[in-house]
Amino acid sequence: MNSNFKIFLKGITDVSPLMIPVVPFGLIFGILSIDIGFSPLATMGMSLIIFGGASQIILLQLFSGGASSLVIISSVGAVNSRHLLYGAVVSEHVSDLKLIWKIIISYFLIDQAFAVSNEYFKKYKEKNKYFHLIGGGFTCWVVWQTTTFLGIILGAAIPEKLGLSFAIPLTFLAILVNDFRKFINVIVIIVSGLVATFGFNYIPYKAYVIVAALAGLFTAFILTKLKKDYE
Amino acid sequence: MSDWFLIIYCGLITYLTRFSMIALLKKEMFNDRIREVLSYVPSAIFPAIIFPAIFLDSSGSFELADNPKILAAIIATCVGIFSRSILATIFSGLASYWAIIFI
Repeated sequence: MNSNFKIFLKGITDVSPLMIPVVPFGLIFGILSIDIGFSPLATMGMSLIIFGGASQIILLQLFSGGASSLVIISSVGAVNSRHLLYGAVVSEHVSDLKLIWKIIISYFLIDQAFAVSNEYFKKYKEKNKYFHLIGGGFTCWVVWQTTTFLGIILGAAIPEKLGLSFAIPLTFLAILVNDFRKFINVIVIIVSGLVATFGFNYIPYKAYVIVAALAGLFTAFILTKLKKDYE
Repeated sequence: MSDWFLIIYCGLITYLTRFSMIALLKKEMFNDRIREVLSYVPSAIFPAIIFPAIFLDSSGSFELADNPKILAAIIATCVGIFSRSILATIFSGLASYWAIIFI
């Protein structure tokens, strides 16, 4: 059996390539947050307390658009619903652990760490394999806090004219690169996008993100069912 | 609500979605069907941010003519489809946006 530390290091090496796109994401978050008017302390606080790129950027987007707190919080919840899936997958590998480890692992259960550790968990049966997820999550944590901090510093220096707010849709677009080639995903993307765009002015409380996401998920539900019936 | 409460509540809900399944789940609770539909969450939610940010202006009205964001987003999408690279997608989008507004 490998030592805890060795598995922790393996988690770091495995997740490292996935950290490259996190760098511009973190910088953009730091820059925009200052731009919108959050203090450097609150910006750093978001990265420490929330520790989730998509959640934090949606918070900025809706906050700057004047959405109410309730709508912001439920939109963040909607973005995070994918973590339910990650948790469900990881839970079978960590079910024997003490509660304290589950509490720690949950903080580090982020997209990139989940992606690589899920592969590792499938291959190895060691009892201490969860150190892999902690290694990957910790790496991402360091990168995220560092780039947020650099973004805060850059944010004071970068002129507004650069139009960096355009970086928000771009980063989300980039997250979807692997979905553009899949037929059902493309339909879901178009449905959600159209509902949000046309509902933007008509759906009350800026709840367009939630309504569009539900419409998208419903479309996915129907299309995957049709596909199954057809097969 | 002060900014800090908002941040803490958003942090709590983020943490709870990560923790709840790990702490509570019995394996059988999630069948394959639910897993399959949940795998579409990114495709269902991110466009709700992407589309309005590209097609609408800050007041929420359609901005279709003379809008550099549309062309830049199309270029970024094409680069994304062919390269499958997150970095290439972001940078090609930003580069073409700046090329259009500054040249």
